[in-house]
Amino acid sequence: MEAQLVYIGLAAVFGIFMAWGIGANDVANAMATSVGSKALTIRQAILVAAVFEFLGAVLAGGGVTSTIRQGIVDVEHFADKVELLVYGMLASLLAAGTWLLIASRKGWPVSTTHSIVGAIVGFAAVGIGVEAVQWPKVGTIVLSWVISPLTAGIIAFLIFASVQRLILRQEDPLAKAKRYVPFYIFFAAFTVTLVTILKGLTHVGLDVSTGTSYLIATAIAASIAVVGAIVIRRIQPVRKIDKKQHFYTVERVFGVLMIVTACSMAFAHGSNDVANAIGPVAAVIAAAQSGVVGSRAALPIWVLMLGGVGIVIGLATFGRHVIATVGEKITQLTPSRGFAAELAAATTIVIASGTGLPISTTHTLVGAVLGVGMARGIEAIDLRVVGRIFASWLITVPAGALLSIIFFYFLKAVLP
Amino acid sequence: MANLLANIFGSSPVMPLEKHVDIAYRCTRELVGFFEAAIAGNWDEARAIRDVIEELEHEADDLKKEIRLHLPKSLFMPVPREDLLELLLVQDKMANRTKDVSGLVLGRKMRIPPEISDKFLEFVQRCVDAAKQARKSVRELDELFTAGFRGAEVSLVSSMIEDLDKIETDTDELQAELRAALYAVEGGIEPVNVIFLYRVIELTGEIADMAERVGRRLELLLSH
Repeated sequence: MEAQLVYIGLAAVFGIFMAWGIGANDVANAMATSVGSKALTIRQAILVAAVFEFLGAVLAGGGVTSTIRQGIVDVEHFADKVELLVYGMLASLLAAGTWLLIASRKGWPVSTTHSIVGAIVGFAAVGIGVEAVQWPKVGTIVLSWVISPLTAGIIAFLIFASVQRLILRQEDPLAKAKRYVPFYIFFAAFTVTLVTILKGLTHVGLDVSTGTSYLIATAIAASIAVVGAIVIRRIQPVRKIDKKQHFYTVERVFGVLMIVTACSMAFAHGSNDVANAIGPVAAVIAAAQSGVVGSRAALPIWVLMLGGVGIVIGLATFGRHVIATVGEKITQLTPSRGFAAELAAATTIVIASGTGLPISTTHTLVGAVLGVGMARGIEAIDLRVVGRIFASWLITVPAGALLSIIFFYFLKAVLP
Repeated sequence: MANLLANIFGSSPVMPLEKHVDIAYRCTRELVGFFEAAIAGNWDEARAIRDVIEELEHEADDLKKEIRLHLPKSLFMPVPREDLLELLLVQDKMANRTKDVSGLVLGRKMRIPPEISDKFLEFVQRCVDAAKQARKSVRELDELFTAGFRGAEVSLVSSMIEDLDKIETDTDELQAELRAALYAVEGGIEPVNVIFLYRVIELTGEIADMAERVGRRLELLLSH
């Protein structure tokens, strides 16, 4: 019993630490555009991020958590050696945390998701045996790392191309923006809500029929769109700054939309990335509590909440500073462009979360930004950096694996 | 890690380009006062204005170098990087010509014949107008990027460039008239000075030519 408490305590501490790191660093990517474009103040952004990261983690984080917990390793394999799974999951948390710490010190562009998946595969394949890994599932995950930025890129391209066609290239962009932006708000709210209800909620024990899901999503999205339309109607052109086409004011209209997509993005991020911290914790808790590797055991919702709280603490402590810095650097992502990127990324990520695929939210967002760029939406994108970012997982996965193997043997020797 | 997203953005050349054309225009604008002082024979004031011109030309030059430095080949942009660099180059030449012509006039303490001085000032003013219209057109660059170089904004800039062309045609006509007027009185002026007077007219006219070329470069961007 005492050993079990030690395991659970250690897992919780490591997990919260990971969640804290995710909150401190990654959330900035979701919120910085809104702050940079002045659609939200820093204070508002932190509040929005805290609420929606938490909601995303709790309402839609179950799928990916379950994959991290029991989808990568074959839990049946541990039936008679539960403690090995516990060591392995603790080692994975340590490994991913260490690698992220090293990488962020060096300024390497690495992803939490790649680190943790690499770590889990590493300890299982080397520490236990190659057959302990569910390779087809791992293959699907790796494939999703390629597909998710691509998908987000294509969606972002289409969204931004439609914005150009319907609004930016018209004679009177301001009138057109006021007319069409509420529809984009509806679309943004609708996709995220629908996917969450359809795919996410089942993991927290709520089952809603498909018909009802569509009804609820439509109702929520419509009410958000109506509020947005009212706010937009009040926006008046600024004579002093505006040129003939009123693009300055047009961007302010998109700023309203951006608040909605920022919420979606925070929600999506919470739903996918909370699992990186909390998936291994859930595995340890399930194993330690029952003594058997209960693949059937339901995911306790307080574990998801733990992750949500960790992310919010990270956000509150360091996130503020990071959001401000990143926001200043991405001024090219004006609301009309930023919303397209965020909406595309959020949609892709939420779908992945619903399917239980752990993907890199940052890579997905970078893919989406590139999509906007392809539609001639971004002034200058540094392709060298983009290449480096997409190549980073090739190093991160083996690095995470290697570290987790080391920690695994260490814990095996030290822990009871 | 946090800068992952931020780092993929190269520094945008758009606002710097608009700032550069503004400096170049402000440089050419000084020519009016400069020639007024020169015609009045007030060389102290002409020298002071020439200092301002030189300073602005330097400023434009420094900004030009900085823009170039921040436009590496690895950048992915909606319009070719080369076209933007060419635009920058012709913008810069407006300032260069201004500096050249003011330097020449001040160095030789050139006397503009009173018979042509009014026409001369009119010509200078029109050349400065051309630079001003070039500035107005380039200042639409950010809006062009917003619209992705298509649609209503493109027509707007096209019409601005048309106006620029009209102004440049004006300067050509004024230049021809000015030459004719100078020809009529050149007998009474020392030959060397006459040659340099023609040279000053030519250099000043080139400011308008450069402004027109700014329009041509912008037009190239529009066709992408």
